[in-house]
Amino acid sequence: MQFEFERRVTPSRRVMMAVPFITIAITIFLSGIMLLLQGKSVGLTFYAFFIEPFESAYSISEIFLKFGPLLLIAQALAIGFRAKIWNIGAEGQMIMGAIAAGSVPVFLTDSSSIFILPAMIILGALGGMAWAAIAAFLKTKYNANEILVTLMLTSVALQVLYYLLLGPWKDPMGFNFPQTVMFQDAALFPPIIFGFRLNYSLVIPILFTIFAWIYMERRFGGFQLVVGGLAPQAATYAGFSSKGAVWKSLLIAGMAAGLAGMSEVAGPIGQLQRSVTSGYGYSAIIVAYLGALHPIGIIFAAFFLAVIHIGGDIALVSADLPISSVHIFQGLLLVTYLASYTFVNYRLKPRKVSQEQVGGASS
Amino acid sequence: MTPFEFFLAGTMSAATVFLLAALGELVAEKSGMLNLGVEGMMAVAAAVGFVVTYQTGSHILGFVIAGFAGIAVSLVFAVVSITFLANQVATGLAVGILGLGLSALIGKEHESLTITPPGSINIPILSELPFIGPVLFQQNIVVYLTILLAIMIAYCLNKTRLGLVIRAAGENPKAAEALSYSVKFIRFGSVAFGGLLAGFAGAYASTIYTPLWADGMIAGRGWIAVALVVFGTWKTGRIFLGAYLFGMVSLGELVAQSLGIGIPSQLLSAMPFIVTITVLAVISSNGARLKLHAPYALGETYDGSEPR
Repeated sequence: MQFEFERRVTPSRRVMMAVPFITIAITIFLSGIMLLLQGKSVGLTFYAFFIEPFESAYSISEIFLKFGPLLLIAQALAIGFRAKIWNIGAEGQMIMGAIAAGSVPVFLTDSSSIFILPAMIILGALGGMAWAAIAAFLKTKYNANEILVTLMLTSVALQVLYYLLLGPWKDPMGFNFPQTVMFQDAALFPPIIFGFRLNYSLVIPILFTIFAWIYMERRFGGFQLVVGGLAPQAATYAGFSSKGAVWKSLLIAGMAAGLAGMSEVAGPIGQLQRSVTSGYGYSAIIVAYLGALHPIGIIFAAFFLAVIHIGGDIALVSADLPISSVHIFQGLLLVTYLASYTFVNYRLKPRKVSQEQVGGASS
Repeated sequence: MTPFEFFLAGTMSAATVFLLAALGELVAEKSGMLNLGVEGMMAVAAAVGFVVTYQTGSHILGFVIAGFAGIAVSLVFAVVSITFLANQVATGLAVGILGLGLSALIGKEHESLTITPPGSINIPILSELPFIGPVLFQQNIVVYLTILLAIMIAYCLNKTRLGLVIRAAGENPKAAEALSYSVKFIRFGSVAFGGLLAGFAGAYASTIYTPLWADGMIAGRGWIAVALVVFGTWKTGRIFLGAYLFGMVSLGELVAQSLGIGIPSQLLSAMPFIVTITVLAVISSNGARLKLHAPYALGETYDGSEPR
């Protein structure tokens, strides 16, 4: 018997709640098969991935260190994704935020002023916003596709970073490594607990999450539920092509990504170097979707992906798993999520074999 | 060869990567499927093509298996976005991320290894021509086959029944279905064809153009191919010109180095992307013209119900 999808009259809330769990279950199943194909021990690898990150206070603190930037960027991207504005370049906006923020300690190497860190926060946000603003300008003025522009701008941002690291901003005492000086203490967030890398930059994602939640409740919230239920398409198209939405989405995302980049260089990294983003800009896309583009869901999704990142680092050592496995796991998560989400709007039913189809053999 | 001839010859080779991938994306988009996973498909195929060629010594086998690898990745996109009706943009991105991860895993044992590129063919008499001879008539065979393919695709899309059916699926799927063509089947086929060509593009990049494997070696070329389809306003001839233009731009770094021009190499590396952004803005600014040429149902999920 053949099946086909039939659109539900209203999206199913029950299925929507179940989708993330089904997604994770299927992804773990598929990853297990891939591990078997590679001849790895499935039990050992999953233990390293999901259990070991919780076995020491230090690795738990590291989970929260990764949780911060993922949460921050994903909350901002979700605002745009809900409005069908596809900012894929958070990675580049993050780099520009890190560069703008890093300019302060690079030029004021010896200053221990208490204004250093606030200046870096402001510049980090502005740096990310400026980079996103290019895409917003080209989209609203010239109709240039924001997916391609934000993505290409990431490649350009990376080259700007390389130029600075190999040229004017290179640490003169750095044995020619492509990196800046280590930032002074005044340019770093103080740790929350002494001896751990987790620091007070975590406040930014938490505040931003509250903002994102209020923003959604106020702008979409009740209204969207009513309209979304009665006329899903009308809700999708209502006002989303407006230039204001493009600017707002991109600037908010640029600010968040810039702050995330700033938090990295004023936190665990402590300088500008070639890899300031750890791929958070891309992972945040997956976090935003896995959290169903909802501020509360994104909190859980960001935590889950932070665990995966730490688990991947651990499995790299204890289970000899290549680093690409984490990327594959993330890709599988998103692919599975998108396929599973279909059941929110559609239900499976046996295909009707009509006279017409019996006659026309082609379909 | 003089440096200038070398530059022109290199342009043709570099352009072939862009052209193959962009032609595949063109066919997929003509059927209404916006597949943003080109980068991922190319990366997987580049890794597979390299590993097969390295292990067997056969470039042909490398190309064939890489083509299948490209199809395999494209089918992941097709199943999720056509069968499971998921958003094409998000699915393409997901497949791109998955493909980049897979390519790193596949190529892990072959990182930084190299192979000998296949020899080029000398077309007799013509290759002896002064100046243009070595440039135009001493390339490897894939360069010529790709040009031939571009002509065939242009003919097929515009002059044949198959092309008409593909375009119908992309312009008005409901009407195509009413004429008892299966839109889903056509779109599956077009996406798979795009995967095949992206696979060839990846194999060309890793076994002929720069015959080595390094993680991340596709370096945005799949995305430029997607942009090329927009530049070419979904017309084969213009996509061909665009691919050759970008082949030239991507060689800028080599040329500047050989001429000793004092431009930071990072600026030259960023140049293809800056040019892409600029050209995209110029072409897209005429929104009405772009709408006229873009397949009407491009990117729209087809669930068989009435369009709303």
